[in-house]
Amino acid sequence: MEREKVIYARNLEKRFGDFIAVNKISFEVESGEIFGFLGANGAGKTTAMRMLSGLSIPSSGEALVAGFDVYKFPEKIKQNIGYMSQKFSLYEDLTVRENIHFFSGIYGLSKQEIERRGKEMIEKLGLEKEADKLVRDLPLGWKQKLAFSVAILHEPKLVFLDEPTSGVDPVTRRQFWDLIYDASDKGITVFITTHYMDEAEYCDRISIMVDGVIEAMDSPFKLKQHFGVTSMDEVFQILARQAKRSDN
Amino acid sequence: MKTLRIILKKEFRQIFRNSLLLKVIFVAPLLQLIVLPWAANYEIKNISLVVVDTDRSGFSRELVSKISASGYFVVKENTSSYEQAMAFVERDEADILLQIPTGFEKKMVRESHQKLLMVANAINGTKAIVGSAYLGSVIRDYNGKLRTEWLNGGGPAGGIEITSSNWFNPAMNYQVFMVPGILVMLVTMVGGMMSALNIVKEKEIGTIEQINVTPIRKYQFILGKLIPFWIIGMLVFSIGLLISRILYGIIPEGNLLLLYAFLAVYLIAVLGFGLLVSTYSETQQQAISIIFFFLMVFNLMSGLFTPIESMPEWAQWIARINPLTYFIDVMRMVVLKGSGLRDVWSHLAVIGGMAVFVNFWAVLNYRKTS
Repeated sequence: MEREKVIYARNLEKRFGDFIAVNKISFEVESGEIFGFLGANGAGKTTAMRMLSGLSIPSSGEALVAGFDVYKFPEKIKQNIGYMSQKFSLYEDLTVRENIHFFSGIYGLSKQEIERRGKEMIEKLGLEKEADKLVRDLPLGWKQKLAFSVAILHEPKLVFLDEPTSGVDPVTRRQFWDLIYDASDKGITVFITTHYMDEAEYCDRISIMVDGVIEAMDSPFKLKQHFGVTSMDEVFQILARQAKRSDN
Repeated sequence: MKTLRIILKKEFRQIFRNSLLLKVIFVAPLLQLIVLPWAANYEIKNISLVVVDTDRSGFSRELVSKISASGYFVVKENTSSYEQAMAFVERDEADILLQIPTGFEKKMVRESHQKLLMVANAINGTKAIVGSAYLGSVIRDYNGKLRTEWLNGGGPAGGIEITSSNWFNPAMNYQVFMVPGILVMLVTMVGGMMSALNIVKEKEIGTIEQINVTPIRKYQFILGKLIPFWIIGMLVFSIGLLISRILYGIIPEGNLLLLYAFLAVYLIAVLGFGLLVSTYSETQQQAISIIFFFLMVFNLMSGLFTPIESMPEWAQWIARINPLTYFIDVMRMVVLKGSGLRDVWSHLAVIGGMAVFVNFWAVLNYRKTS
């Protein structure tokens, strides 16, 4: 039996004037997958992600996310996804608990549900003592783990993570990936961008974008095999070197 | 409704947790209300005067002492040299020079008229104009007194005397005139600035992106932002009314309910303006620059400090699209004159129209999806 397609994109394109940020990309992501969306800075990852999450209307092409058309039902999509942006996205001047209550409340969870899931989450992250502290006062690694947990608190079908681990130490990164695996086990599809090639190896499937185009897409194992190299880092180097508009 | 309640809870928490913001909202305007009315005063006092008295007669001395007794003038120097006196004006140490020529007393007695020379230092135009007018009236007064003394029993021949009485502000107290207007200015600043900054702050730190990717509806987010500042605007206004009562003894003559009804609509317009600015700005710095520009224009072209009737035609048009103009007018009408709904309904209609227009524009321009 074929698995449900959580993301379906055909010739998806975004132009800003003459600049083609995303050039007719096509791909699919299946339910439960951890899909790594790689590319150098400026390759168009964030733009593509914004189109898929209903934040940005595509210039052309088609896309269905969680079964909804991105042109017609962006608000329906929003009900069914979680999103963690590059910028830190919780309210620093609210406490851990207040952030949890706010973000789960606006997805329409009942009071009891919010209490139950919030408590569970705080326990899981080991934040019992910090629950009533302002988020501002937490270390970055904890903030990122918290932001991710808040993004999936309403149990969406799909969560978008835009460089969630940048600036975080290796130990916390490892813990962060444990959270990602937990979410995946619960059936949440994970769509993640990252610059860390070791993290790319953790994904089920990867696409690598260069100058707005998807240059390669497969499992890490097959990609390495295809390019005849031993690490994802080398795969990325081979592809990203062709880039003309990268700022690295 | 439930979503809106959750958003409001968050907004109030954030506002009341920010102690600096609270001070800016509540303490700053009230301090201004306590201080500004004393400075925003059209009355001119302490006009420094130099007298060139070459007559040195009983009449000239009497005139000078009458001038200094008026309370508006400080006689800096009484000299007999015009050059010496003029040097005071040139050094900007004197505002007005008055020359009493030789033969003043003789001529007054013989021909019963004499010309005096008045030189006003017009660098400060207001002081020069108002000062000259005061001086003129003191001299006229003296003149009249002389004539009455001379004409045996006849009284001032054929002279028409104008007496005036000041309605609505019998004591001609400038505070009474300024305080209601200044209160409007403060409420406008708090409302317009705070609402714009609050929304732009979310853009700047990136949390708006998170909001935009949730199922929060556009109207819920906007109401969540505007309602707290609407309430705060009402509070600031109420405290301001209380201060003007305690400190300046101003008790609204008209209906308080009418005043609050107008305020309610007015705040919607001002908050909508803040919202509109926020949709055009990406950073708080941009927002504050735009707001500052408009508030300066709004404040100075609202009839608060200078009467609109004396502005040139084009400036009157700007005053007419300025929401402050209407509220200041209504405040003065209702608070000082006790005007009722019948007198202010056209103002209310204009502000209502502005509120609809500016909010419509802002909502249209606010996008969850780009």
